[in-house]
Amino acid sequence: MKIAVCIKRVPVMEVRFAVGKDGASVDETGLKYDINDFDLWAIEAGLQLKEKAGTGEVTVISLGPDAAQEQIRKAISMGADRGVLLKADRIPADGFAIAQALAAELKDGGYDVILFGKISIDSANQIVGPMVAELLDLPCVTAISKLEIANGRGTAHRALEGAVEVVEFPLPAVITVDEGLNKERLPSLKGIMAAKKKPLDVKPAQLPELRVTVSRMALPPDRGAGRIVGEGSAAVPELVRLLQTEAKVL
Amino acid sequence: MANMFAFAETRGGELRKTALECVTAARQLADASGGGEVHALLVGASGIAAKAEQLAQHGADVVIVVEHAGFAQYNPEATATVAAERLKGGAYRAAVFSASAQGRDLAPRIAAKLGVGLVSDATSVAMEGDALVAQHPMNTGKLIATLTLTGSPAMVALRPGAIAPAAKPGAGRVEQAPPVGDPSAARVVVTELRVGNTSRIDLGEARVIVSGGRGLKAAENFKLVEELADAFGNAAVGATRAVTDDGWRPHTDQIGQTGRVVSPDLYVAVGISGAIQHLAGMRTSKTIVAINKDKDAPIFKIADYGIVGDVFDVVPALTAAVREARKAQ
Repeated sequence: MKIAVCIKRVPVMEVRFAVGKDGASVDETGLKYDINDFDLWAIEAGLQLKEKAGTGEVTVISLGPDAAQEQIRKAISMGADRGVLLKADRIPADGFAIAQALAAELKDGGYDVILFGKISIDSANQIVGPMVAELLDLPCVTAISKLEIANGRGTAHRALEGAVEVVEFPLPAVITVDEGLNKERLPSLKGIMAAKKKPLDVKPAQLPELRVTVSRMALPPDRGAGRIVGEGSAAVPELVRLLQTEAKVL
Repeated sequence: MANMFAFAETRGGELRKTALECVTAARQLADASGGGEVHALLVGASGIAAKAEQLAQHGADVVIVVEHAGFAQYNPEATATVAAERLKGGAYRAAVFSASAQGRDLAPRIAAKLGVGLVSDATSVAMEGDALVAQHPMNTGKLIATLTLTGSPAMVALRPGAIAPAAKPGAGRVEQAPPVGDPSAARVVVTELRVGNTSRIDLGEARVIVSGGRGLKAAENFKLVEELADAFGNAAVGATRAVTDDGWRPHTDQIGQTGRVVSPDLYVAVGISGAIQHLAGMRTSKTIVAINKDKDAPIFKIADYGIVGDVFDVVPALTAAVREARKAQ
């Protein structure tokens, strides 16, 4: 089984972010980076599909700066066979542009399954996977939390608001992965050693003209200092009064 | 003056609240452009046309109804084809979808078919001259990007709850249209819809959400959260990732970076410390109440009102007080 997993290098979120000097970007000073959480589960899904099939290849593809080779190497050390970096100085805000560059790389790859994380936790658009599917005219199932593949067909569960959809589809297909499908494996020492010898191609990303651009980046409006109404159940009457008269939500 | 398009989401033959939100947003855009028309697309099995009236009541001038047995369940491929065809022929300036589970699946397919830009999970949308401008929280809500979309139609998927449905009664001409191709021949097929606990409103539609965290100490203590939600009336119950990872609550109840993102009028955080993971999912709530025994818990930094105390002491008292307050109304 031939599998592609598209991953993204994203900042580690446990920091205070600042706005870049141009007022329309994220200040990258001091940020640490890792593979997007959902993409780790997509990698794990790809590795499990290959293991179950008993044969095949897992290719990890990322669009991003040169430094994203670090995340591709990590994916390879988890067990992927090879990597491709579509090099772009900046990851654009236009998800469709990203999808076009990825589709150009995936088009002639002969992949049975193309996996994505459901969403990237930094830009938080959740659109690239299904866009790639459309560009390649492949069936697509998004945000899956359960997956079975047999005889060239897949069955997946996807969580909706208060319900679960059971979805059937033929391969080849594009699948985006939600939390709950699996827990990702850690790179093994053997994997880390082997990763150094596995191929990682670097080529320029073919990005089209952008239709979506960031015109301004800002910190969220200050909610104002939180108010401690009081301690213990004695504070309940005052809280209820505030909810009725001030917040007007009761 | 420009016409706007809105997609009316349904499930099981019923309109979702997000459908009305999308029509309302499209109405606002059309009015701001000097009074264009709003066209809403309503796709479903035979009989879905009965729901057109509600869309007209919220400002749809035209409701395009496409009925076919192949639309009884959500049909991503055929729905995307119908919407894309309509958008190609309609000269719409903007197309509004919901960033619901269905909208997030559907909108990118359509944008790619049309070759246009899409901003998903927008918290506001407006026309600025010729461009559509949308606000979109990024990096777990720690940054707000203002994005500019060029080209027509500009596509946007609105965060559920970000815009309240507003009544704007009109005649709402209904236009029946055939599907494009055979909806029953789609490759991707929803074979089953398993509806969960229906006694409670969904997190995305609730005006009040009561959420619980590790501070509740054990799964069975979630009944305190349930009882408080009941006291508020039609409230939803959420949970932190720690709680869903431990299996106290299903994954679908998780609010946060890897779970649901919600913006209710009132969010009550019970025994939740306020990890970034969780704040990412609820920080745009209009009013936030936190109850936690640790006065230094990060949740108090974003809460409008906090009570420092033991949840087992405070929550039952609050439940009783809310019940009383609502009875008095």
